[in-house]
Amino acid sequence: MSTPNPPVPPPPAASGAVPPAPPRPFLSRLAALGPLLGLLALAAVATALNPEFLTVSNLANVLTRAAFTGIIAVGMTFVIISGGIDLSVGSLAALIAGVMILVMNALTASLGAGAATIALGMLTALVLGSLAGLFHGVTITLGRIEPFIVTLGTLGIYRAVLTYLAQGGAISLGLEVGDRYSPVYYGTLLGVPIPILVFAAVALLGGLVLNRTRYGRYVQAIGSNEQVARYAAINVTGIKIATYVLLGVCVGLATILYVPRLGSATPSTGLLWELDAIAAVIIGGTALKGGSGRIWGTVVGAILLVTIENVLNLTNIISVYLNAAVTGFVIILVAFFQRSRR
Amino acid sequence: MHTLKRLAVLSALLAGSLAFAQAKQVIGVSIPAADHGWTAGIVYHANEAKKALEQKYPNVQIIVKTAKDSNEQANQIQDLYTVNKINALVILPQESAPLTRPVADLKSKGVFVTVVDRGLTDPKAQDAYVAGDNTAFGRVAGQYFAQRLGAQGGNVVVLRGIPTVIDNQRVAAFNAAVAKNPKIKVLDARYGNWNRDDAFKVMQDYLTRFPKIDAVWASDDDMAVGVLRAIQQAGRKDIKFVVGGAGMKDMIKKVMDGDALIPVDVTYPPSMIADAMRLTVESRVTGKPMKATTIIPSVLVTKANAKQFYYPNSPF
Repeated sequence: MSTPNPPVPPPPAASGAVPPAPPRPFLSRLAALGPLLGLLALAAVATALNPEFLTVSNLANVLTRAAFTGIIAVGMTFVIISGGIDLSVGSLAALIAGVMILVMNALTASLGAGAATIALGMLTALVLGSLAGLFHGVTITLGRIEPFIVTLGTLGIYRAVLTYLAQGGAISLGLEVGDRYSPVYYGTLLGVPIPILVFAAVALLGGLVLNRTRYGRYVQAIGSNEQVARYAAINVTGIKIATYVLLGVCVGLATILYVPRLGSATPSTGLLWELDAIAAVIIGGTALKGGSGRIWGTVVGAILLVTIENVLNLTNIISVYLNAAVTGFVIILVAFFQRSRR
Repeated sequence: MHTLKRLAVLSALLAGSLAFAQAKQVIGVSIPAADHGWTAGIVYHANEAKKALEQKYPNVQIIVKTAKDSNEQANQIQDLYTVNKINALVILPQESAPLTRPVADLKSKGVFVTVVDRGLTDPKAQDAYVAGDNTAFGRVAGQYFAQRLGAQGGNVVVLRGIPTVIDNQRVAAFNAAVAKNPKIKVLDARYGNWNRDDAFKVMQDYLTRFPKIDAVWASDDDMAVGVLRAIQQAGRKDIKFVVGGAGMKDMIKKVMDGDALIPVDVTYPPSMIADAMRLTVESRVTGKPMKATTIIPSVLVTKANAKQFYYPNSPF
């Protein structure tokens, strides 16, 4: 019979009618803008509820807070696009913070509380982050253990080691080094807080790597079909390990910005950051099963999460008991508008 | 006849050995693992008390166990009974409900039970209870606010802990005490989750939202640290003072040094575990009964008495 009617648009049959093709991409593009529209809507509501929301200082606060999980989320985007996941980033951030503080405190004795000590502390953070990433990558690829399992394990390990190092209390940065280091969080360049600048730079770089380099294409190819990628002679193992190392470096970078804020690491440092980072990636339109995603979406997702919290603190309309419910509701809502493209 | 005699001798021996066993006391102490500042203080003070008490009473052996969750803790107290043959248990439960049954079970087997801080759901499961005073914790802070802000009054913001009964008691008592001074206005109370980072964010938002704040009740010393940083960053000069609570050594030090922003602190001391252990051991050794309920008062730490509350070696 001649039922295959749907796939028959080109013939002159539909000559006078509007071709059905153009609206589709437009609609799906609109859906892709979901998180951004959500953020704008939230900002509009926030401003209506409390005009203070739009002040420069408040927006600076919001973006600075988003920087930590945002930077991590950029790295997480690569890992998730490649089909992996990392649950340990919050614990890793806490451990890195603790170790870099211990290193800087120890160095103060010999090098003084100057730039050299701080630089070595930062280097420690980056090295530790990449080593942890390397460990994850190698265990997952060569050791053939599920990323969920590996990073679930290290989630416990890192935080336990930090708790041990801190004896359950806090590891605090020496006052002098703390003062010298604090501009990294509290300082500004041309009026913009430094964490925001670093966040922007990381996001820009991440976007370029993902969309404009061969490496980025390979990551996407592996995530959409690992077998095919292997047949295409892509070094799947190497590329995957590199995504975890990249994420580790992002965690190190985020911690470098975080430590000067309160100058200490405690067992509750970075608690649940992994969920914030993963939520930011997913809200931003990256598929949890991998294959495709976008950095700018992740950035918007990270800002969106922090904005919800900020708005709730600036207004009084909802019982404080329900804060987490509002966050959950917004996450589901944004995901709902995303669902047309999956 | 023979058997009767033998039985008599045997029972006499048994009685003797029982008396001997009574002289040697094994005390089990079960507490949460150090997962934040205050519990780290608990672990520190428990170990210090063990050393001191074992030295003072040579016949007493104290076994300190830490648990990371209720399940592990329930297993531990079971082991303390079957393996270590404890005579008494001092326990700070991770959670009230899940531990009530295991503790009651131990008590029914003849172990003397002292519960610390977090009560069980059924008080019949314990012989004695030692706790901090959460109502006083809020009230003492509130009274300080009412008196210090005086006739002029002022705007106050509050940071709450984690949504729990403890937090509700503290905040209610604070509000009641502050209400005695009608010139004080409590602008808002938000959860900072007993955590520096969250307190930092909540305080940033308070500073954005309220142009004039006179005082902050951070309700915890960890949260006070985050609050101070947020105030410093915003460069605000309108805030006259911040009051935390619990007795963290850094905050006690600030009070000792006469820091203008941190004039006082309110205790909710982790050393209460040491008090509970001491009371339990003394009552076991001397045979004198222990009071059913001992409340460790929350006191106002000022520059004058701060020295008494300063433990430089404690991790908290």
